[in-house]
Amino acid sequence: MSNEGVDLEKRRFLTLATAGVGAVGAAYVAVPFLGSWNPSEKAKAGGAPVEFNLDKVEVGQMVKVKWRGKPVFVVRRDEKSVNALAGKGEELKDADSAVETQQPTYVDKATRSIRPDIAVIVGICTHLGCVPQHKKETEVSWGGGFFCPCHGSKFDLAGRVFNGSPASTNLVVPPYSYLADNKILIGVDEGEA
Amino acid sequence: MGIMTQFMQWIDDRFPATKVWNEHLAQYYAPKNFNFWYFFGSLALLVLVNQILTGIWLTMNYTPTGEGAYASVEYIMRDVEWGWLLRYMHGVGASAFFVVVYLHMFRALLYGSFRKPRELVWIFGMIIFVLLMAEGFMGYLLPWGNMSYWGAQVIINLFSAVPVVGEDLAVWIRGDFIISGATLNRFFALHVVALPMAILLMVFLHIVALHKVGSNNPDGIDIKKLKDENGIPLDGIPFHPYYTVKDIVGVGVFLLIFCGIIFFSPEMGGYFFEPPNFTPADPLKTPEHIAPVWYFTPYYSILKAVPNQGLGVIAMAASLVVLFFLPWLDRSPVLSIRYKSPIFKVALALFVVCFFILGYLGMLAPNDMRTLVAQICTIYYFAFFLLMPWWSQWGTTKPVPERVTH
Repeated sequence: MSNEGVDLEKRRFLTLATAGVGAVGAAYVAVPFLGSWNPSEKAKAGGAPVEFNLDKVEVGQMVKVKWRGKPVFVVRRDEKSVNALAGKGEELKDADSAVETQQPTYVDKATRSIRPDIAVIVGICTHLGCVPQHKKETEVSWGGGFFCPCHGSKFDLAGRVFNGSPASTNLVVPPYSYLADNKILIGVDEGEA
Repeated sequence: MGIMTQFMQWIDDRFPATKVWNEHLAQYYAPKNFNFWYFFGSLALLVLVNQILTGIWLTMNYTPTGEGAYASVEYIMRDVEWGWLLRYMHGVGASAFFVVVYLHMFRALLYGSFRKPRELVWIFGMIIFVLLMAEGFMGYLLPWGNMSYWGAQVIINLFSAVPVVGEDLAVWIRGDFIISGATLNRFFALHVVALPMAILLMVFLHIVALHKVGSNNPDGIDIKKLKDENGIPLDGIPFHPYYTVKDIVGVGVFLLIFCGIIFFSPEMGGYFFEPPNFTPADPLKTPEHIAPVWYFTPYYSILKAVPNQGLGVIAMAASLVVLFFLPWLDRSPVLSIRYKSPIFKVALALFVVCFFILGYLGMLAPNDMRTLVAQICTIYYFAFFLLMPWWSQWGTTKPVPERVTH
């Protein structure tokens, strides 16, 4: 040890260098702590595709299917309601399904389904995640569809959001494909099954 | 020297026991004109102890898994000896915590207790308040009832409003694509270990900061200006025994009400324990109407009042953030409402009315009229704080006395 005073500049450099290395180390240590909050392998495996037999759905009815823990609505629409979907442009925020994240590319833009009579829609409100209720045409004045009890968002039978709803996007159409005329596979894109 | 004196001497040579006792209790001089508004700090401490104690005992029988949580709460209620009492003490204690904390904060508004030099006391207190909200929110998921489930679903989905990373952020918080056992488990860890430790630390800092600057008082004047020949404030009395004894009276009244609720109406007509929470969590079925517990409803109302989701979330966050800046917003020459202009009294009264209306509307399903009223109250809420630098200087204040009045 020398007794010739202190080299302040060197001391400051060493202090900063130590702090810098420490901060980098802390950032690396944070990775496992933050990463452990991501969905585990078990949770990811819960996202396996689900088969569903369409014979279970009567005309005008809705059946809830659980996929990735979420409710998926399968509705068999009658011809009248399918035709009605086309004429609603004015009342809807996104009638032509322009927001790309809300449906796969292979569904029809207006009916938001592969086959016009079968609607497959994730039953989670795009506002704050409640489960909307299925309302038949005869039950409500606005033509039927889905009504979210939490904050009053309204969607038509293709899951398109009505003007004046707190939700700003249409309900999500999940990836799905037909295995047979009466059987769909939810979670696997059309053409990949 | 007596044996006790010798023992204390032995301790004091190794640990500052007598010093700390004197500095914070026996020779901590508080203004002698405290009124009933000054009960709520010590009551908050009492409720904190209640929450920690009953909480530890609840964990002894609670199962933090998606499969077992609901059943274990029923088990505590029915089969564990005194389990019902421990749970009601904890659940009612949560609401009581917010009652006393809201009153404690309102006291600060009345007497300007957040003003210089007590800014840090206020900021530490605000941090405790925010931590307490997180603690209450996470604790509410644990019974795994259907309202627990959907309440958490709605609040976590608020994060999905964050641009670009929102959806991933919500998945990261949940640890799953929906609220699941993974979410329950981490909320349990945070509710039982992480947040209580953070709250205890902040309470410690809150009190250390308070004892550095000394308590404010209903007159909002500095008692340290006038001291006797021993350096003791003329208007100060030692916290112990004077205020410890006074606080015991507050504790008595509080416990009377607290026990009355626990024994006669623990659910408080659905305000403390909401009816849908008596059915188990069901990811496929949302309750008819989702409302948070009463202590969150004013902020929830602000969220709902804004027609755009992203902006609503920002408004709700801002309604809390703005409170942190209170010490710099109030520019009135006097601290206490007793000497402030009538403008302040009217503005504060209107604020209280708006806060209650927001709280009430937050419990109800929205319709056009209610949304409009909530919007008006939201605007007033923000105007009250953001325009305070101007309006707090309006009007004439009364002269402030030299000595405290009582």
